[in-house]
Amino acid sequence: MMWNEEVESKSREEMKKLQLERLQAVVKYAYENVPYYKKRFDEQGVKPEDIKTLEDIQKLPFTTKDDLRAAYPFGMFAVPQKEIVEVHTSSGTTGKPTVSGYTRKDLETWSEVMARGLTMFGVDEDDIIQNTHGYGLFTGGFGVHYGAQNIGATVIPISTGQTRRQIEIMKDFQTSVLIVTPSYGLYLAEVAEEEGVTPDDLNLKSIGFGAEMWTEEMRQELQKRFNAPAYNIYGLTEIMGPGIALECPVQDGLHVMEDHFYPEIIDSETQEVLDDGEKGELVLTNLTREGMPIIRFRTKDVTSLQRNSCSCGRTMVKMDRITGRTDDMLKIRGVAVFPSQIEKALLKMDGIEPHYQIIATRPHHLDELEVRVETSPNLFSDEVKELVGIKKKIEGYIHNEIGLRVKVTLVEPKTLPRSEGKAVRVIDKRELNSD
Amino acid sequence: MKIKQLSIFLENKKGRMRNALDVLSDAGFNIRALSIADTSDFGILRLIVPEPDKAQSILEDNNFVVKMGYVIAVEMSDQPGGLSTILGILDDSDINLDYLYAFVDEKEERAIVLLHPEDINAGVKALEKSGAIVIPPEDVYNW
Repeated sequence: MMWNEEVESKSREEMKKLQLERLQAVVKYAYENVPYYKKRFDEQGVKPEDIKTLEDIQKLPFTTKDDLRAAYPFGMFAVPQKEIVEVHTSSGTTGKPTVSGYTRKDLETWSEVMARGLTMFGVDEDDIIQNTHGYGLFTGGFGVHYGAQNIGATVIPISTGQTRRQIEIMKDFQTSVLIVTPSYGLYLAEVAEEEGVTPDDLNLKSIGFGAEMWTEEMRQELQKRFNAPAYNIYGLTEIMGPGIALECPVQDGLHVMEDHFYPEIIDSETQEVLDDGEKGELVLTNLTREGMPIIRFRTKDVTSLQRNSCSCGRTMVKMDRITGRTDDMLKIRGVAVFPSQIEKALLKMDGIEPHYQIIATRPHHLDELEVRVETSPNLFSDEVKELVGIKKKIEGYIHNEIGLRVKVTLVEPKTLPRSEGKAVRVIDKRELNSD
Repeated sequence: MKIKQLSIFLENKKGRMRNALDVLSDAGFNIRALSIADTSDFGILRLIVPEPDKAQSILEDNNFVVKMGYVIAVEMSDQPGGLSTILGILDDSDINLDYLYAFVDEKEERAIVLLHPEDINAGVKALEKSGAIVIPPEDVYNW
């Protein structure tokens, strides 16, 4: 079953034709309506008319998160603010958040691409979708919501949390599709087990998961625990939200909704565009967005593209699941965390040594962060209660900065590893990168 | 009449206390009294040694975080209620105690308690006024 068979199974030639038309239009539109793009294109000496083939996209400059941040809040909008009907923001974890604005038509596009993806998961109007993605500024909750409503399925907009209640609802409402982050899914499974709820008590037919990195083992575990297939969802706030690429029943990569989002893979060092199958940084261009068209956005997510035909019948290009980041960002419980934020929080403390280490673990399917900080004579107190207080204070600063609770451990001076050049700030023990 | 005390930060990790003590023994320090405060994450090792300033710099040279502080050494009668009498003096003067540790001075056949009140000067004053025997630093470093 396809939601939009006409688009989803277009021939490569037809798709390229459509993409070129849309690329030309969006470049012209951005140039004429967003001063940022006019300035950047002029600096680069490129005019909208120079886009004659799809490959000509390479003449255009990249857009980075810093560019979006500099335009905070509404500098990237291509329409008057009154035409924007919804805004979302990134978590704002590395400074000012980036704002994403949507016109009515953009929301239609969003619900279209999500409807296509949910259809891949087997969703139809008879389904009951339990959406544990958070509703709010985070795009996860609403993206799934719009897609599900477009299909006509019944949505339970429960967001994350209230875990026991989630299980109760899954059982009582006979939820047929569960939307989770993989780690929250595993946690739900664990609690279900504690409550004596088995997959037989549930009516799950599929699981959609996204918003954090995962291993194939995690998927297998999710599938086993819930006795239902689990499918990957990819998206990012800057471009739209979830729905940019989704996994079909073949479970071997995600189909990119390439009539709306044009994907490229670049070498993040040389910035050259790589061939299909080569691993590199994903760059995305909005082909149809009205409110805030983004051209060549560097996602920093590492993946590769496959253009072989898929046995599901869809012809849209497939991307591999995200296997890493080109920066040192950590995704902790779906939230982006950068070492620089931890550092910023630490610097608020007088007398702290600039030596720290961040350790990510996943002891019970939920991410935990430990920050090790070297003590200094200024920090040290002879009093246990004062030292514990200092620890709490640092934890408070970090919580404020990244929005997550962490455990701070004071360690002896000069015990954290020093290295030549770049310090090893992050130790990720979650083992997410194994295939 | 305050006694210098060294407090050393220790990670709650195997061998850390021994490392600190080895540094001191290699430098020929004989420890007069010691206590340790521990939490699940870290510990504070408190020491009385002769030449505390020298000991501090040696420990610091070996990358330990050390704080110099003061405690009061008070003689107490080595029999039931001995410590209680001393604590009663502080209590009556409304002086809060952070921590204490005690040991026996075998040479002089006396029991000694090391006290760390919140206000150390007030503590010394109250003890002396009540006739408690406050031991001077030289005696402690050399017992």
